[in-house]
Amino acid sequence: MEKTQIIENIKVRSGGGLVEINDRSLRRIYVTIKKEALPKIARYLFNDVKARFVTASGVDTRTGVEILYHFSIDKIGLMVSLRVILEKPGLEIESLTSIMKCAEWIEREIHEMLGVDFKGHPNLKHLLLKDDWPEGNYPLRRDQQ
Amino acid sequence: MSDKIIPIGPYHPLQEEPEFFRLRVDGEVVTDIDIEIGYNHRAIEKISESKSYDQVTFLVERICGICSTSHPFAYTNAIDDLLGVEVPERALYIRTIIGELERLHSHLLWLGLAGHFLGYNTVWMWAWRYREPVLDIFERITGNRQHYAMFKPGGIRRDLDEADFPWIKKTLKSLIPKFDMFKGAVIDDPVIRARTEGVGVLTKQDVHDYACVGPTARASGVAMDVRKDDPYAAYGKVEWKVITQQGGGVFAKAVVRILELYESTNIILQCLDKMPKGPIDLNIKDMPAGEGIGRHEAPRGEVFHYVMSDGGNSPARHKVRAPSYMNIASNKKAVIGETISDATIILAAVDPCYCCTERMAVVDYKTGKKVFDGQDLIRLSQEKTERLRQKTKNR
Repeated sequence: MEKTQIIENIKVRSGGGLVEINDRSLRRIYVTIKKEALPKIARYLFNDVKARFVTASGVDTRTGVEILYHFSIDKIGLMVSLRVILEKPGLEIESLTSIMKCAEWIEREIHEMLGVDFKGHPNLKHLLLKDDWPEGNYPLRRDQQ
Repeated sequence: MSDKIIPIGPYHPLQEEPEFFRLRVDGEVVTDIDIEIGYNHRAIEKISESKSYDQVTFLVERICGICSTSHPFAYTNAIDDLLGVEVPERALYIRTIIGELERLHSHLLWLGLAGHFLGYNTVWMWAWRYREPVLDIFERITGNRQHYAMFKPGGIRRDLDEADFPWIKKTLKSLIPKFDMFKGAVIDDPVIRARTEGVGVLTKQDVHDYACVGPTARASGVAMDVRKDDPYAAYGKVEWKVITQQGGGVFAKAVVRILELYESTNIILQCLDKMPKGPIDLNIKDMPAGEGIGRHEAPRGEVFHYVMSDGGNSPARHKVRAPSYMNIASNKKAVIGETISDATIILAAVDPCYCCTERMAVVDYKTGKKVFDGQDLIRLSQEKTERLRQKTKNR
């Protein structure tokens, strides 16, 4: 599948959930979407395009948390990064584990590092931090010491 | 319901990534596995936010003790992507050489360990013996056997001396007959085949579900390789092929790694011939705001780095994902239904630098009595090989 067709399909599938498509370079696209559209587009990329889920990265923007879900379409060497912006307080988003098992660990990691609640995650316990890590203390948050 | 649990891990001096496998067993058969990581979380991503872009190269080089160049490779790719710059061609060739030398020594290291787990200690000794010349090359061209400190955003730190090239080529070519020997010892050996073929199989669908990368994916017939898919450095400028196998088991993973030894040697020899003269560094001074993604096909699979800059002196966010993060999780699929004597080699087959088998212990949870310890488990694995060896002899 061609890059232009993938961009087109993302536009169609996201309905009103698409905010912006940044066609950065030959092999990098950043797509900003509303959080409601995430499962639909993730399902499209993972199940239909057979993209490989690389990882997700979260960053605290002080007013909220921005999560990037990185997918790699290896056949054409394209990275598609879905950007979702969550507002503080009440950082929560639908878990992608029902679509792809491989998102389980990274969602646990973002949960403990940034305090994002992944709704529907089967096992949202600590991954990297020890079990008795203080409740409500998120190491990658900028609004905390 | 089984009441026996085998804890494996989490620490061993040989491991660069401690992890803890809890195998639930029914008799000899593994019925469930629970995987825990995070025993050695060093907060590298957080530390990175307080270092300068140049210092981060040294920081990420210390993530892994075996494939130490993989992370600087992916990180510098991310910075080059962020800046949108063209790195000087000579630097790209040198980066490629360092990356492939690393694959050689890492695959040989794995081959040795796999041989030991299976009771082929000769393979172990050979593999590590022939890893030494690769480390000698590293020492000659970078000054170090590990942690080469060659990479920097926009180029490399030191040039190669053309006077060393004949010696490097001679040393590399002398390794090819040794690789042939391994190919014979591993691929043509009926006992190793019986021990590993069809053991711990991952199907193409499993590879997709668990998002496996590297030799773990390629052994299941998935031709993914970042060097080919998203060419960087000099990988698009030399001739080589992606090695795949269809079996999906431990044997297929071993074959992929052995055949990759030839490809890596081939890539390095071509780079030495094709490398142009010229500058090796862009001397980047300022970092604009922006974001970049860098990838590198490390010996164990794709390393991914995401760097976000706010225009300051340090990364605003630096996300690192190592290949084992994806591959280790696939053990949940590979090991269930197999026997304890095969668990050692299956868990080792994704090459998580996982060498802590002597810390294994089988404990009867009802009585609290130790049934087997780690040495017993390696012995079990080696005895199984010996039985197969005798059987093959008597046929």
